[in-house]
This record gives sequence, structure tokens and C-alpha cells, in this order.
Amino acid sequence: MGTDRVATFEAELEGVSTVHRTAAADFEETLAGAIVEPAVGTDIPTEDVSLADTPVETAPSPADVLAAETGVTPAGLGVANYGTITLPASEEPREVVSLYCTRHVAVLAESDLVADMPAAYDRLSEDFAAGTDTQILATGPSSTADMGELLRGVHGPHETHVVVVTDR
Amino acid sequence: MSSRRDRADDLRELMESEGEAIGGNTQLINQLTAENVGSFDRYEELREEARATKEAAIENLPDLIDRLEEAVSANGGQLHVAQDAADANRIIEEILDERGAEKLVKSKSMTTEELEVNDHLEPDYEVVETDLGEYVIQVADETPSHMIGPAMHKSAADIADLFNDAFDLEEPLSDDPAELTEFARERVGEHILDADAGMTGANFVVAESGSIMLVTNEGNARKTAVTPDTHIAVTGVEKVVPTVSDLQPFTELIARTGTGQDITSYVSLLSPPVDTPIPDFEADEFRPAEERDFHLVLVDNGRMAMREDEDLRETLYCIRCGACNNACANFQSLGGHGFGGETYTGGIGTGWEAGVHEMEGAGEMSELCTGCSRCVPKCPVKIDIPWINTVVQDRTNRDAEPGDFDFLVDGLTPDEEPSGLDLQKRFFGNIETVAKLGSLAPGLANALADTSLADWLLERFVGVDERRDLPEFAGETLREWYGARGPRVDDPDREVVLYPDLYTEYFEPERGKAAVRALEALGVRVRIPEVPESGRAPLSQGMVATAREQAERVHGALVGHVDDGRDVVIIEPSDLAMFRSDYEHLLPERSHERLAEHSYDVMEYIYGLLENGADADALAGPAGEGEGRGDERVAYHSHCQQRTLGVERYTTAVLEELGYELRESDVECCGMAGSFGYKSEYYEVSMDVGKRLRADLGDVAGEELVASGTSCRTQLDALYDRAATHPVELVAPETGSR
Ligand code: SF4
Repeated sequence: MGTDRVATFEAELEGVSTVHRTAAADFEETLAGAIVEPAVGTDIPTEDVSLADTPVETAPSPADVLAAETGVTPAGLGVANYGTITLPASEEPREVVSLYCTRHVAVLAESDLVADMPAAYDRLSEDFAAGTDTQILATGPSSTADMGELLRGVHGPHETHVVVVTDR
Repeated sequence: MSSRRDRADDLRELMESEGEAIGGNTQLINQLTAENVGSFDRYEELREEARATKEAAIENLPDLIDRLEEAVSANGGQLHVAQDAADANRIIEEILDERGAEKLVKSKSMTTEELEVNDHLEPDYEVVETDLGEYVIQVADETPSHMIGPAMHKSAADIADLFNDAFDLEEPLSDDPAELTEFARERVGEHILDADAGMTGANFVVAESGSIMLVTNEGNARKTAVTPDTHIAVTGVEKVVPTVSDLQPFTELIARTGTGQDITSYVSLLSPPVDTPIPDFEADEFRPAEERDFHLVLVDNGRMAMREDEDLRETLYCIRCGACNNACANFQSLGGHGFGGETYTGGIGTGWEAGVHEMEGAGEMSELCTGCSRCVPKCPVKIDIPWINTVVQDRTNRDAEPGDFDFLVDGLTPDEEPSGLDLQKRFFGNIETVAKLGSLAPGLANALADTSLADWLLERFVGVDERRDLPEFAGETLREWYGARGPRVDDPDREVVLYPDLYTEYFEPERGKAAVRALEALGVRVRIPEVPESGRAPLSQGMVATAREQAERVHGALVGHVDDGRDVVIIEPSDLAMFRSDYEHLLPERSHERLAEHSYDVMEYIYGLLENGADADALAGPAGEGEGRGDERVAYHSHCQQRTLGVERYTTAVLEELGYELRESDVECCGMAGSFGYKSEYYEVSMDVGKRLRADLGDVAGEELVASGTSCRTQLDALYDRAATHPVELVAPETGSR
């Protein structure tokens, strides 16, 4: 079941965003393949996954964020049949990191991948009832067609990656 | 009349300057949305849900606003309800003053366009639009031409010229979209970094949690909302829904119908003031989120009154996806600037303008609605957009001052309308009277209509364009023919009433005769009683009271037949649409339902007979009747309303079963739609729209040219300079004719 879901998620994002599957034990190595330095990020709450031993600066200043090539943040949920992830805000500057860097890398626990939007909204409703105050449903990089052609990367990232931690 | 000529000139200029860009863009999006929605199997289910949510929310709006106020203040923000634009602008200015703000960045919002916030603030504050399309419009000092693509009327080359003129650049920009995007992104991006306040709209607002939903692709709304320490969200009161879970169907619908994407890059759910720390780029530090300030300005500006208005209320269900703009054939030619309107434009824009601005501008917009109905299945909340346009036209008619020639027309056409009604509308709305008079002496009427004097009179007084050929009266009406001939089926299994629509009756009885022969060949006995015009003619001129009177008369003439078990068979698709859908607004519910249930398109009826065992060999095929059918090729243009009703497939099924080789066009309304293409002010628009049909259908040499609707046939006749036939004429056997 679970693997099917990852496959659907991957298929939805094909050509839009890069999906990396990894076990928690191989996280650092997988992440190294997804980032371009300099990289900044915020803590990943997923169990057994940490940015501590990676080149990612986890207490960046605003200038660090602007100068960084890559921003790494956790994802709250994945929605398999849309290739969507949700980005919850916190006291850390996750929102700024996920938005201002050229490349965004989101870290998603496979157990947080749901099948479809109704299932996602069940979880979102609970979150908001419990006081969550931001969830961005993000699907691929930012884009615009305002200048006459569909282009990627406008105010948000040009390129997006999702690291799915398959045993969490 | 000169105002007609002025209008025609304005529209021609717009088609020349903006038509190409807007046409290409809208048609592309329209295609993408059609494909997306067509392959999304939960579309109808989600539309039902979305519609139900909106209906309930508008119904309970005052209560929802109270709950929302509590939720917003519990979150640490402040809710303001603004009565009108001036009130909203005052509130916004006070907030900026209090925070000592000087520079405001804005993400795209139609509501702030409606308030003209920028004009109000600009003398004292720096205001920068961050959506790239909106930024282009701001630099050009223009108004948006489309609900979701404000600069859709500009090509990349136009934008390059604009930027090169407006900015003092070392190197001029080329018309490469990537280069232009990068340039605008950088300029706008710098403003966001040092803005003091950010203003967004809100696509939805959640009463229970005080959350707002922002739907974007660029990411500018997110930056605008969280980068400065002050966030002001401005939106209409109608955007409130009860709970977060209510947002699910909209999340899945809004991009599909708006842009043809499954979902936009970002759908942001925020319960501001948000927790994320404030980036202070100047001091290079993150400030604590506690310093954030959030204000939600809910704008009434006529909306609460719309809520009380039976006919305009539906407008409040609109989620502003822009699909109705793209689906509209006239919009594809003219763009939003041709429709006019102070803020909103095209499709549902009429309803919005009538509700939040003056009736006058809205009235002009509604005239461009041909009632073709192709926007209806595209609307994610199932709004009957043509009806709203009709209502607004009707109200505009009623506001008009009496003119000079009313005495003349009043005598000829005693209708239910006020005396100020425009002569042109009155002429088209009472076309049945004109037809009846003409058919008394068809030879004379035809000879007269051929004269340049008649052309001049018609153009001068009622605005019928000289370049259009008028239909010719038949020497004998359909009912005269049938009366002399009589029914030919004894001992029938079924009996039907063939509805003698105005055009078939007076101008084109041949297609009526064909319908009789085809039905008789399948064992059906036909009656053709006297039934008045369906009311389509006055309805298309916004003459609702007259249309209602006609509907009642039609119902009166047909209900006895229906009670006796006879079905009503209809040749003209726009009349079928009257019976099946428009009468919903004109007749009591039961009367409408009874008539709707028993009314059929003629080809649909034939299809049903064949499905129920009637013998297809009794009909004519490609090479005459019965055997030896060849592979005759047919170029078929169905009719917009047929497609909206989903009945065009019966025509193709029957023709294919009989052995015709078929190809179809599926462009939106070919630009005639009844009287529209005859009106001199719209003649060129209708020809421009027609060009797309010509391009879609291509050459028809060696093929039968077939169309279901009268107005489509008139247009095809003009475009191809040859006559088109009705599909029933291809299937009717020759025997049995007189
Ligand atoms: S009326 Fe319907 S289709 Fe038109 S903008 Fe509103 S929601 Fe979209």
C-alpha cells in the first residue's frame, strides 16, 4: 500500500519535481545528492532524521537565506494523487527558507503521505482545530505565464525536491 | 445611429490592438481546462458540493461573520467590516498610519481593484503590485482585462516596449518572456524585502478558525503575507465558509476550471497573524512573530444587498476562477476591455458590476452575452451566468428613457416592456410579429426586403447590419403545408407535437417537412398545432416580462398535448434550451418540469426511436434510401446550447449509424446566436468569432455542410457562401413528401 502511494506521488511529480526515496539511516547521503551549497534549513522533526551532520546551516540569518542556493524544511503531509506537500510554519523561519531559496528541498516521512485531497483535509482540519496556523499546499516550483509563456521560478523556488523517508 | 457606429469602431480597434493576444491566451486556457475537467471523474460531484457549500454560507452569512470575528481576534488579529469602498480605504489607511508604514506591497486581488485602493493610497504611500501580470498593468497604468490574467491582452513584445519606455535601462529588454519575467521578478522582489506592510486578497475565509486561503502560482502572495510585519487581507464578505474541511472541493476545482492545472503551485492556508518569525533584511535578523499585526478587511460594498436579490444572489457564489471569461466566444475576440465594466468583466462580470457598481456599465456588458451558455458547464459552482446577464439587460431596459419613435413601435408590438426600451431590442424581441406580418404576403415582403430602402430603414431604426442577408419568407408556412397535406400515419404507436419554431414556420419549412417525414417513416404520427414563439427572441433582448408571457402561452398551448401522452419534438436547439432550462426562470416549477421532461431535440427523438427498435432502413442514408449507402462525408457544426444540454451526441450517433462519415467543429458560439450578428454594432465581432469556426471546420469542399441551429446556419452561409442543411434533412426519406 505504502509503496504504491509513493509511486503515485512520484508519478504525479514527474518532470515537475524530483523525488528521492531514502531510509532514515541513509538520509544524510541522500540529502547530499539533493542540495546545492550553500544550503540553509530548519530542524526536521522526523524521528532519526537530522540536519546536524550535513552541510546545511540550521540557524540562518535573513542574509544567509538570501545568499543560499538551497533551503531545506520539513513537510507536514504529502498528497499522493496531486504530488502536493504541505509546509507547516513554526517558530523557526521555515516559511522564509522554503520560499526565498532557488532550490527547495522538503523532507517528508512516508507515513505522512495520504492518498488524496479528502484524506489530506481530514488531517488539515484536525491540525487547524488544534491551533496550527499555516499550511501551504505546495506542488512543484513556483511558476507564471504572465509574460506570454509558462516559466518556472518566479517569487518562489525554481526547483523543488522531496526527500521521502521510507521507514518513518 | 451614430452611437452604434462608435461602439462598432471601439470594438474594431480593440480587436486590432488586443484581440490577438487575448484570443490566443483564452483559447489555450479554455482548451486546457476542457481537457482537465473532461478527464477528472469527480468533477460533477465536487461541483455539487461546492455549490451546496456556497448556498449555505451565503444563507448564513451574518452568523458566519460573527463567528469569524471571534476566531480572528482569538488568533490575535482584527476584523473590520467595510460598508463601501470609501469606508474600506479609510480603514486601510488608518492601519497603515498606525503602523507608520510607507511602502505597501500587494498581491493580486480583484476586490482591491474594485475599491481602487492604489489610487486612494498612492499620493501618500508607495504601492507596488507583486503579481507579475498585475505589475505590468500597474506600470502601464491600465485596468486588468481578465479576472485571473490581468495583462492577458498584452504580448511579450508589448511588455518589452512598455518596460523599455517606463524604465531607464542600460540595455533594452528583448521580447523573450524569460528575460522579461526575470526583470520584473527582480524589481518586484526588492520592493518586497523592504516593504512595511503586505496586502493580499483572500480566495476563501474560514469562520471557525479565522483562516484565509490564497491561491497562487508565483509565490508572491506568500511573500507578501509573511515578509513585512503587517499583513492586511482585503476581501468580499461573500468569501466566508464555515470550516476548513469546506475548502476541499474548492482546492480541487479552482485551478482546473481557472487555468487547467490540477492545482496551483501554492494553496496557502493561513490563520494570521502567523507564527513564522519576521525577516528583517536590513538589520539581518529574525524578529519574533509576536510583533506581527494582522487585519482582515471584509468588504460589503453592495454584497449584502445582492444577497437579498433573488436574481443576483448567485453571483456571490462565484469563486472568480475566470473560466466563464475564457469560455466566452465574444471575450475571445474582445477581451475584458471590450466588455467594459469598472472592475469585473466578461461572463459573471456583469453580475458583479451590477451589484457593486453602476447598472449602466453592467448593461452594456450584458449585451455582449449571446446566451450561448458555453460558460455554464465550465463554472465550478454551477452559476447560471446567461440568466444573470439577461436579468441585468432587463433592468437596464427598464431604466432607459423613452425615445422618439416609441409611439410607432408601441402600436405595432404591444409587449410587456417599458416605453424606453431601445427600438433595436424591441424589433428583435418581437420578431414573431414581424414574421407574421411578412408572411401574409411573402413575395411582397421579400421584394421589399431586397431593396436598399429597406436596408437603410432597418439599419437606421433598428440597427440591422446592411452586410447581413435577411432570411427570406417561404411561399407557404410549415403549418399551411401540413394543414393541406394532413397526417400520413394511421394507427400509430406514438403521437408527437412538432414544435413549429418561428424560423421553421415562416422561413425554412423544408426542415420542418423533413422532420415530419422522418418521424412518420418511423411510425410516429405528427401534429403541428399553433404554438407561439418560445420567448427566446425577447429573452435574448433582456425582455423578461415579454418572454415570461410567451412562455406561459407556449405552456398553455402544449400542456394539453403532454397530458394526452404526446411528446414535444423540437428542431431549433435554442428553443429546446428554452423548454429544458430557461423556462425554469419563467414558469412555475411544476409547469417547467412537466414540459422539460417531455421535450426532445428532433435528432434525440429519432435516436430514441431507433434504440427502441424502429427500423433505421426506413430513413434515408448517404446514397438515398435503404440500400447502397455510400460514404458521404459531413462537416457538422452542432449548436452551443445543444452541447451544454449534452444532446448533440444524438445527432452524430444517428448520422453515423446511417453511414455518414462525420467530422465536427467544437468552437464556442460561432458568433451569431440569434439577433447578435445582425446588429450593426456587433457585426464585425460576430465575423471575427466566425473566423474561428471557419478555421476549425476548414474547407468543406466535397462535404455536406450541416448545422443544427438557425443562427449557426446563417453564419455558415455567410462564411462559406453556400447553404447549410439541418441534420434531419439528411435522414428524412423523400417519399411521403407532397
Ligand atoms: S462565474 Fe463561475 S466560471 Fe465565472 S469566474 Fe465565477 S466561479 Fe468562475
